[in-house]
Amino acid sequence: MSAGPNATEPNPHDHIPAAASNFLTRYVFSTDHKVIGVQFLFSSLFFFAVGGLMAMVIRWQLAWPWKPVPILSQWLWSSPGLGGQMPPEFYNKLFTMHATIMIFFVIIPLLTGAFGNFLIPLMIGARDMAFPKLNMFSYWIMWPGFVLITLSFFVEGGAAEAGWTSYPPLATAARSTPGSLNGQTYWLLALLCAGISSLTGSINYITTIVMLRSPGMKMFRMPMTVWALFITALLQAFALPVLTSALLMQTLDRLAGTNFFTPVGGAVANAPAAVGGGAPLLWQHLFWFYSHPAVYIMILPGMGIASDVISTFSRKPLFGYKPMVIAMGAIAGLGFIVWGHHMFQSGMNPALGATFMLSTMMIALPSAIKVFNWIGTMWGGRIQYTSAMLNAMAFVSMFIIGGLSGIFMAATPVDIHIHDTYFIVGHIHYVLFGGSTFAVFAGIYYWFPKLFGRMMSERLGLIHFFLTFLFFNGTFFFMHIVGWHGHMRRIADPTVYEFLRTPGVVGMNQFMTICAFGLGASQLIFAWNFFYSLVAGPVAGPNPWKANSLEWATASPPPYYNFETLPRVYHPPYEFSVPGGEDDFLPQTTPLPDNITLDPVMA
Amino acid sequence: MWDFPLFPSQASTNAPRLDALMLFEVGVLIFFSLLIGVLVVGFGIRFRRGNAVDRSNPPTHSQSMEVVWIVIPMILSILMYAWSTQLFFDLYEAPADAAQVDVVGKQWMWYLQHPQGRSETNELHVPLGRPVKLNMTSQDVIHSFFIPAFRIKQDVLPGRYTSLWFQPSKVGVYDLFCTEYCGTNHSNMIGKVYVMEPADYEAWLSEKGVGPSQAEEGERLFVQHHCAGCHRGSQTVHAPKLEGVYGKPVPIQDGKDVRFVTADDRYIRDSILLPQGEVVAGYEPIMPSFKDQINEPDLLKIIAYIKSIANRETSQ
Ligand code: HEC
Ligand SMILES: [Cu+2]
Ligand SMILES: [Cu+2]
Repeated sequence: MSAGPNATEPNPHDHIPAAASNFLTRYVFSTDHKVIGVQFLFSSLFFFAVGGLMAMVIRWQLAWPWKPVPILSQWLWSSPGLGGQMPPEFYNKLFTMHATIMIFFVIIPLLTGAFGNFLIPLMIGARDMAFPKLNMFSYWIMWPGFVLITLSFFVEGGAAEAGWTSYPPLATAARSTPGSLNGQTYWLLALLCAGISSLTGSINYITTIVMLRSPGMKMFRMPMTVWALFITALLQAFALPVLTSALLMQTLDRLAGTNFFTPVGGAVANAPAAVGGGAPLLWQHLFWFYSHPAVYIMILPGMGIASDVISTFSRKPLFGYKPMVIAMGAIAGLGFIVWGHHMFQSGMNPALGATFMLSTMMIALPSAIKVFNWIGTMWGGRIQYTSAMLNAMAFVSMFIIGGLSGIFMAATPVDIHIHDTYFIVGHIHYVLFGGSTFAVFAGIYYWFPKLFGRMMSERLGLIHFFLTFLFFNGTFFFMHIVGWHGHMRRIADPTVYEFLRTPGVVGMNQFMTICAFGLGASQLIFAWNFFYSLVAGPVAGPNPWKANSLEWATASPPPYYNFETLPRVYHPPYEFSVPGGEDDFLPQTTPLPDNITLDPVMA
Repeated sequence: MWDFPLFPSQASTNAPRLDALMLFEVGVLIFFSLLIGVLVVGFGIRFRRGNAVDRSNPPTHSQSMEVVWIVIPMILSILMYAWSTQLFFDLYEAPADAAQVDVVGKQWMWYLQHPQGRSETNELHVPLGRPVKLNMTSQDVIHSFFIPAFRIKQDVLPGRYTSLWFQPSKVGVYDLFCTEYCGTNHSNMIGKVYVMEPADYEAWLSEKGVGPSQAEEGERLFVQHHCAGCHRGSQTVHAPKLEGVYGKPVPIQDGKDVRFVTADDRYIRDSILLPQGEVVAGYEPIMPSFKDQINEPDLLKIIAYIKSIANRETSQ
């Protein structure tokens, strides 16, 4: 369909495929990577709102325990006997589903599904993905997942409530919690669907990037976003099979009476003892073997986006392009040998624990490279304060806090104290909100003109950014402090703990909750900006940011075939402010002026 | 707002050592977060578009700088690694003279059993200044035993025994929590730890009269469940003697081969609940399973009994 990477002449076989013929194949069951990207974008943003609302209700219970939730309590838990109080089961469902939805139905599909699909072919100069039908499948297989996870709230016993980590026997023994009766099975099947979606998507991305780069687009001329998505896809391709088999094993344990995760004579809640012979810890190993790399699946694309945005709006080449790529590879590689740091308390041999600790601490090194190189990129630039840039800058400074608070968990003895406390909750939100979510915002502000051909309002974007940044820190920073003080996570009733009833802790909890509401409300500005600009934003033109990479070399929004002729690439995408040039940017499709020598690391 | 100490009180020998490491890490965190924050904001302001400043020398890459920002985090990581490992190993290896208390977690309570025979629920009494080792298991799902004031935490797993030790350093009453989410009433799975003067502790132990010790209880159960009928030399059944078994390697028939398994708590427990799983070489798999008949606390007592006869001669 398009030229191989080594072709130097325009490929004679390159032709523009026929357009989709009707509404259904063009916008619904479309094989066009851009439409699929937008579909991922919309469904993940929808679930973002759902997951966010759940978080608000959780925060309510932590700040004003057992006070009826305004409005919601009447129709969410109906039993009048409770006097509007939230039952603990419901709280447990909320934190389980909040995490599940945010991780598996928001962040991962947003970063890899939405950005990956939309950007990869455009940025490498391809007409579409390598396997467009598989791509369509990777989106539509999400739908059974959406349906199952939503349905699970309405089955007997309600949605899963074993935590997003679903440790057996809590998750496998039907009577251990109401949610383990049926909801857990729906949870497992929904995750299986999401997993298959990611897996097929990743195969597609890898193949596309390896095979369909336009002429001249060498690997080391690809934008960081593509590199990041490529490495992320590799992570997914190697880690997901493990999760998939673990999910299947747990499903079998629940439905077919196998004993993969049931110990000898295991029995919960006076149920008859099982024969057992399996090991609950096996699940933890399998689960974290996927779920630690999943953290990088959720942060690497953000790093790619931040790199591109920071370079563009600093009008300066990315500092140390190759070290950045290598660092990302190193993070991904190390990511496969650190999963044990989630299990330091499980009773592992300290020699093993020390090994996991070492590999975990080593991740600090490539991360340091990345952070300092972003700062090096800004150094001496001509920085434009666009909404995208501000979000990317927030990404850098919040990611470093999230990353550094990670060393508390890496150091085993300290982890022993803070494991399963709010410190961990603070940490993960600094990584997944401070990191991934700011990167998502940066990406949306940056590529919105390309996605929809219209500009978003910068003024609203700035307001949204500052409010989000403020409330984000207000919500999550104090979690570290109460966690350190011993505030456990996943407790439905914080009032049973004496030290949590002291005015200091209560005050902090209420402060965090108010900030969380502010954080939620600020997203309304974003939603308004997004939808208003979608229909009424000023028309963008092909290259509103004066950026270099290939997606800006075609119309906004791009036609279904992306490029009229496949573009020819002459250099990496970071040639900003090239001395002697007329403009302060040099698109990848424009050859370098004669008198310029590229620096050796970049070329 | 700050009417509580940042750290929970320090009541074990381990706590101050851990807090020192933690404070060091806080220092590292604050230093680098501020450094990055200041750089991001500083560069952001200084190099904003339209601001006339000297932009002549910023490189686009620099090997020496990359080396600097690899080496500094590396040195810090190795330092923290060495420090943590040392603490971690100390935390793992209980002193030989530690008194062992058995712990069983279940939804949603803790059951604790002192070797001298006294048992308690959701309360743990320990003597000041003496090392105590907890030998823990769960009857249903995974729990986690956490005493913030001692800075210790250990998951409690069904079908396995995990352990934990500490040496209390301050008399007082401290919180005890389950920190592994374990179902609906997880947040109510709490208790208290009483650190007492050794004399008070002795008095507390014998408060209810000097009852049978845990091993004696175990022996009673051993007879009651007819273990003795087979295991104390029987004319009709060929079963191994259990004297001197505990802690030693046991030959297990594995197909045609024989492999050796150490007879620890886990092995004894599985031998009772799933005898067919590991059959001693040279014996027929005729031992019945006691799954559903003996609960976790009783299993611990039987194990205590089998342990108590570890040094007794076998009369074979
Ligand atoms: C019907 C006779 C019988 C009864 C009753 C019985 N056992 Fe056994 N037990 C055996 C035999 C035979 C073996 C060796 C074969 C095997 O490992 O299954 C054995 C093995 C063991 C072992 C492993 C010994 C070793 O040398 O490694 C332990 C421990 C044990 N039994 C404990 C108990 C306890 C505790 C009870 C009571 C709750 C009990 N048994 C009841 C017959 C019996
Ligand atoms: Cu991890
Ligand atoms: Cu518990």
